[in-house]
Amino acid sequence: MNILEVKGITKTFGGVSAVADVSVNIEENTLLGIIGPNGSGKTTFVNIITGFVRPDKGSVVFKGKEMIGLPPYRVTNLGVGRAFQMVKPFFHLPAYKNIIVPLSSPRVRASSGGGYGDKDAMSLDILEEVGFERDSSVPYKTASVLPHGYLKRLELARLIALKSEVFILDELFSGLSIAEVTSITPIIEKLLLDGKTIIMVEHRLKELFRIADKVIVLNFGKKIKEGVPKEILEDEEVKKAYLGVEV
Amino acid sequence: MKERVIDGQNYRKERIARCIKARSDDIYALTSQKEMWYLLFPRIVPIVGIAIVAYLLPIYWKKVILTTCIFAMLAVSWDFLSSCGMLSLGQALFFGIGSFAAGGFNHYLHLPVYLTIPLATVTGGLISTMILLPVIRLRGIYFAMVTLILPLMLMRLIEATKLLGGTEGLTGLSPFPNEWVEVTLIMAAMWAALFGLRRFIASDYGLIFVSIRDNDRATMASGINIYAFKAQALFIGSSVCAFCGAFMTHSYQFTGMPVFAMEFSILPIAAAAIGGMNTLAGPLLGAMLLVPLSELLREFGTLRIVFYGAILIICVIGLPEGIFHYLSRKYNEMERWVKIE
Amino acid sequence: MLVYGLINSVILALMALGFNLTFGISGVANFAYGAIYIVAGFITWTLIEKLGLPHLVSAAAAIVVIGLFGMFLYKLVLKRIRGLVISEVIATFAVALVALELLRYIGFIGFRYSLPVFIDGSVEILGAYVDIQRLLILALSILVVVAQYLFTHYTKLGLAFRGIAQDEHTSLSLGINPDRIASWSMGIGCSLGAFAAIVILPLGTITVDSGYDVLINALSVCIVGGLGSTFGVIIASFIIGYAQILTATYISSHYTIIVSLVAILVILALKPSGLLGHQKELEERV
Repeated sequence: MNILEVKGITKTFGGVSAVADVSVNIEENTLLGIIGPNGSGKTTFVNIITGFVRPDKGSVVFKGKEMIGLPPYRVTNLGVGRAFQMVKPFFHLPAYKNIIVPLSSPRVRASSGGGYGDKDAMSLDILEEVGFERDSSVPYKTASVLPHGYLKRLELARLIALKSEVFILDELFSGLSIAEVTSITPIIEKLLLDGKTIIMVEHRLKELFRIADKVIVLNFGKKIKEGVPKEILEDEEVKKAYLGVEV
Repeated sequence: MKERVIDGQNYRKERIARCIKARSDDIYALTSQKEMWYLLFPRIVPIVGIAIVAYLLPIYWKKVILTTCIFAMLAVSWDFLSSCGMLSLGQALFFGIGSFAAGGFNHYLHLPVYLTIPLATVTGGLISTMILLPVIRLRGIYFAMVTLILPLMLMRLIEATKLLGGTEGLTGLSPFPNEWVEVTLIMAAMWAALFGLRRFIASDYGLIFVSIRDNDRATMASGINIYAFKAQALFIGSSVCAFCGAFMTHSYQFTGMPVFAMEFSILPIAAAAIGGMNTLAGPLLGAMLLVPLSELLREFGTLRIVFYGAILIICVIGLPEGIFHYLSRKYNEMERWVKIE
Repeated sequence: MLVYGLINSVILALMALGFNLTFGISGVANFAYGAIYIVAGFITWTLIEKLGLPHLVSAAAAIVVIGLFGMFLYKLVLKRIRGLVISEVIATFAVALVALELLRYIGFIGFRYSLPVFIDGSVEILGAYVDIQRLLILALSILVVVAQYLFTHYTKLGLAFRGIAQDEHTSLSLGINPDRIASWSMGIGCSLGAFAAIVILPLGTITVDSGYDVLINALSVCIVGGLGSTFGVIIASFIIGYAQILTATYISSHYTIIVSLVAILVILALKPSGLLGHQKELEERV
């Protein structure tokens, strides 16, 4: 069953087309990878799905509901969560307080019986899930002093707190060491086991292809290829797009 | 961090929280007298001090206290709005609307003081929020520019339409029963605003407001309708100002175009800049210093605004954190020299 | 009517250009702009009346002095607090307060301060009598806009300006010193303000209070037009300028300010980035 159907979305910025007529269907409980060279429109694509940018044309249907035109917070509350490429924590708040904000969203309140109660314990549980050591001082540190790896985990924790059904992870692995990537990958695999759907925009192809069910390749805003990782690896056009050489 | 050399050994200055500070954050604060006093001392001293000045000194100082408290509340409200990511240059707008609301209720509907003030507080907050609703999507400097323009334009609007007394203003409004009530009311309101807003900001609900200032896009991505929250913050902040306006109206038994004066926008910001932004208590402290100072400078006439400007520039450049941050650091943290290995 | 509207619009545009230039390039909202406008007027007045210098020489001197003052202001104050929006606003506004109130204190109050017009006389156009000074404003404004365009597109400094405006970090890596450029942009913005003052002020008297009015006018035009966009500013000043003249003619001159207010609120509600704001600004603002 398709949980998210993207049809023909197009967006032009001042004459340059950032995304041109991209369509893709995402099946429930699968991992879709989106790859492409720099400037190929990956982040714009994510921005459109999550409501941060309104496309010129096209439709995004989530569980039978049209999402184009909805503001980002409505999209989030429907169950499509989004992690930013440039991490956006609340820098002045401690890590565990960061998670209180999504826990206060209408979506979570509706599912957990409502009320603005004491959410510290819930927040600490979620942080432990993404690798903040519970009995250390890490969850209590201000976000501005946390290292990059933890901030990426914090982005992930926000989506888990939101009980999102679709996780859109914009270059989650960028700027992380191999060790950090290997420690985050199991978290993503566990999300898949829990029945979540995941869209990953990624430059780290090797790590992505290991876990992806399907991959689409964008180049100059157009979808040039869609298929399972193995097909993508062997595709001549994709190689051309990445390496920039005539084959 | 500073460094120095003693006996050929390098030392650097280290700041750590005092033990008592750490303890009084916890349950000890309720079980030990020492910790309780540690927490109460910085709160009780200003409350008692201002009460002494207000009740025991001659009548002239009562008026000074009134003005000081009003500006302190405006400053606290400004800081609350800025904690929610809304940089307002137009506290005069909220203040003036509250003042005219109280004046209007009293002049046209002949409502007594104890009704006009609460009514003006709520309606003033509502009207201000409605006026700013179209621009609530703006951020930072763009929002600031609009709020700067609005009170001045409203001033012209009243001048042009001759509504609400026009250029003459509304005079002969009902006064307070006596000055004791007046002073007590404004002090109570000021402390209520300060401690109430501090408590509010620290709650889980208030956390959302702070998160909007930190990063509004991440707040949106957390499923929060930031415009609804900003509107709420606007209502709270402008209500506090509207209360000040209503109070001032009855205190002077007059309302008119001067209530939209630039002074009511600028002084609170100055107080916040000097006292320390995003602390709520800092702006109050700043107002406590600035307003009496301006009374002392009164004989210089317009030159005192020049002094203000100069103080502001110096403070913004030289003391960016503000007095409150400095004091609370001294109170809560100790410094020591440690060897650099 | 048409002619007066045109001239009113051009005056608005001229007032706003300097503010807009500084903001568009360095991102500093210069709230001291109104004060600078008035100070420029008084400097020129002093030079002409007290020192007896020729008109054009004093005008040129005032423009240069104000330009230098702008650069000085950037180097001394703004450089230290660059990027802290609240501090920038407070500092520039405090400068405005100091300048304006100091003028008031020294005693520049009253109606005896006015600048001489460049050429006296008036001509009839389309049935309306227009002072030559007003026509001069029109001509000079067009000149300024053209000069600004040529400057930003064909000189090295102008190209650096646009570089900083687009991306400060990239220009930094291309060997452009953003502080130097920002201080230049501040200087040139202030000079434009002084220029506007010298050209426009002869139409009336110089008063300290009009400093705030100038700032408000410049702000409204810039907000409506989309901050940082020169053509947006021009279009916005035409909209507001004609709207003001229309209300003044058909309703009452008291209501002109309300027209600007409504224009600002409506345009911001519909299009938060202003008429011609760029996408980049939209991202920052909404």
